[in-house]
Amino acid sequence: MALASPISVSLREVFVSEASMPAAPTAGATKPKNKGAWRKFLSSPALVFLIIMTQVPFVMTIYFSFTNWNLLRPNSRGFLGWDQMFRNYGRILTNPDFYTVLRHTVTLTLSVVVVTFVFGMMFALLLNRPFLGRGLARTFLISPFLVMPVAAAVLWKNVMLDPSFGFSAFLMRSVGLRSVYLVEEAPMVSIVGIVSWQWTPFVMLILLAGLQSLPSSTVEAARIDGAGPLLQFRYITLPHLRRFIEIALLLEIIFILNVFGHIFVVTTGGPGIQTTNLPYQIFLEAFSRWNVGRASAYGLFAIVLANIAVVFFLQIVRRQRKEELA
Amino acid sequence: MTRSPQQIPTWRRRLPGHLLSLLTLLLSFLMFFPILWMVMTSLKTEDMAISFPPQFIFTPTFENWRAVFVGTPFMEFLGNTLFITLLSTLLALLLGIPAAYAMTFYRTKRTDSTMLWMMSTRMLPPAGVIVPIYVLFNNLNLLDTHLGLILLYGGMNLPLVVWMVVGFMEDLPFTIIEAARLDGASLWQEFRYVLLPLLLPGLAATSLLALIFTWNEFFFAVNLTTRDASPLSIYVSTFKSAQGDLFIARMSAVATASVIPVLLAGWAAQKQLVSGLTLGAVK
Repeated sequence: MALASPISVSLREVFVSEASMPAAPTAGATKPKNKGAWRKFLSSPALVFLIIMTQVPFVMTIYFSFTNWNLLRPNSRGFLGWDQMFRNYGRILTNPDFYTVLRHTVTLTLSVVVVTFVFGMMFALLLNRPFLGRGLARTFLISPFLVMPVAAAVLWKNVMLDPSFGFSAFLMRSVGLRSVYLVEEAPMVSIVGIVSWQWTPFVMLILLAGLQSLPSSTVEAARIDGAGPLLQFRYITLPHLRRFIEIALLLEIIFILNVFGHIFVVTTGGPGIQTTNLPYQIFLEAFSRWNVGRASAYGLFAIVLANIAVVFFLQIVRRQRKEELA
Repeated sequence: MTRSPQQIPTWRRRLPGHLLSLLTLLLSFLMFFPILWMVMTSLKTEDMAISFPPQFIFTPTFENWRAVFVGTPFMEFLGNTLFITLLSTLLALLLGIPAAYAMTFYRTKRTDSTMLWMMSTRMLPPAGVIVPIYVLFNNLNLLDTHLGLILLYGGMNLPLVVWMVVGFMEDLPFTIIEAARLDGASLWQEFRYVLLPLLLPGLAATSLLALIFTWNEFFFAVNLTTRDASPLSIYVSTFKSAQGDLFIARMSAVATASVIPVLLAGWAAQKQLVSGLTLGAVK
């Protein structure tokens, strides 16, 4: 667990004096004079603050998940007992709705990742050549990512997709089709669509940065050796992009597992639980049913799920930093 | 393919390129279109907004905008968002810059692990820790207060600030800092007169990125505030379903007004956007 184990690392960093340890040479620098060895503790306030803000709630989530605390029953606050402590987890794991919610979470996340990867790659390749208006195209393309998620949701739900007044109604009727309300006909598809619209720029930006860091001499050499555009892409561009693709997709997974605002606005998790993902389920469990114990147990599932991607991501970053500082 | 490139007239050789550029512009305009349509709808009367077929050319009216600023609680929410965004960014900078300084110039064996740990805290799912945060806030009387959200968002943006500022500091030549030290500069002088001027553009970009994340945040806001400290995202979310028959134009005005500052910030910070969005993983 990426979150659990580094706690000890950072605690040592904060509280144990390391005056005896020689400072590693700074990037491209000579070793600073011993004057002000205390300065390395300038990071302590930030670390203490982050521990309070993130690790304390994390540990509390674990504890709460072993209680039967419900805010609607003030006397219920209590540890379930050693023999009963996994009751919340048992209830969740034997509830078929949990697997439905889990499936929705994974479906939503992976669908968005696939859609945004295809479009993000397309736009990155299109933008990776000089032409008049490239700056404008780039500005257009990054804009959806900047839109507040709930505003994007409101915009798509009421202004673009509304069955009577929406722009989609106009498009469909002008080609002679009956206008349908996508949000009702295919709620998950509309959520995936809206989230993908917002996250395509994210993938595009990262892949574009990757493409632009590819030395043109490498491509040129391949071209002179007679490689066509497809071969160049397959054997030069794609291998170079690998790290950027990994970073983009992992970060997307980490953040899209948390999608909440879009669902809150567009479908409120419904109809039924058709668009309920893990964060929305936790929201319902905590703030409609006020079941602290159950919501915390769900929360731990969310943390574990995210950490599968976080572990891979941190590995890439660690490797990359080693190379940078070497 | 028997003719050599020189024999093909220039315009024909360049034609595929031009078509590709045109296609790129067209597709990027399509991606932008919903935003443009929102802005246009906000400048229509409610009748025009629901007319069929939709009007593309019309005389704009600022009636909705006036109504939003004067006749709705929009300004209160905007005030909350501004206050929370500014102070939480300031908090993240105040804690993050000294941390980045220590982690750049006073590295230890564990610095990299600590930096990775910091990054991992940014990736902790908010839904996973919302319950204890709610309970803590309830006990500390932080529910529905500006201070509560400032602390949370400050913590959210701290890893971003540290990673970005470390990146900027590592790019600085160490010799100028050494020179300042030889001249006997104190820590504060070293920071104020040597580092700060060089870091200023980077810090501005970092602040803009923190602004984007804070401004758009919804999950913590909806669960931890009820009204007094609610930011703009809460107000926008109340437009999720029809409020009477005529509301599309008004709603578009509210959405546009709450989106424009972030669009401007994002456009201004375009160069640093990639490194900000990846918390420094891509430069």
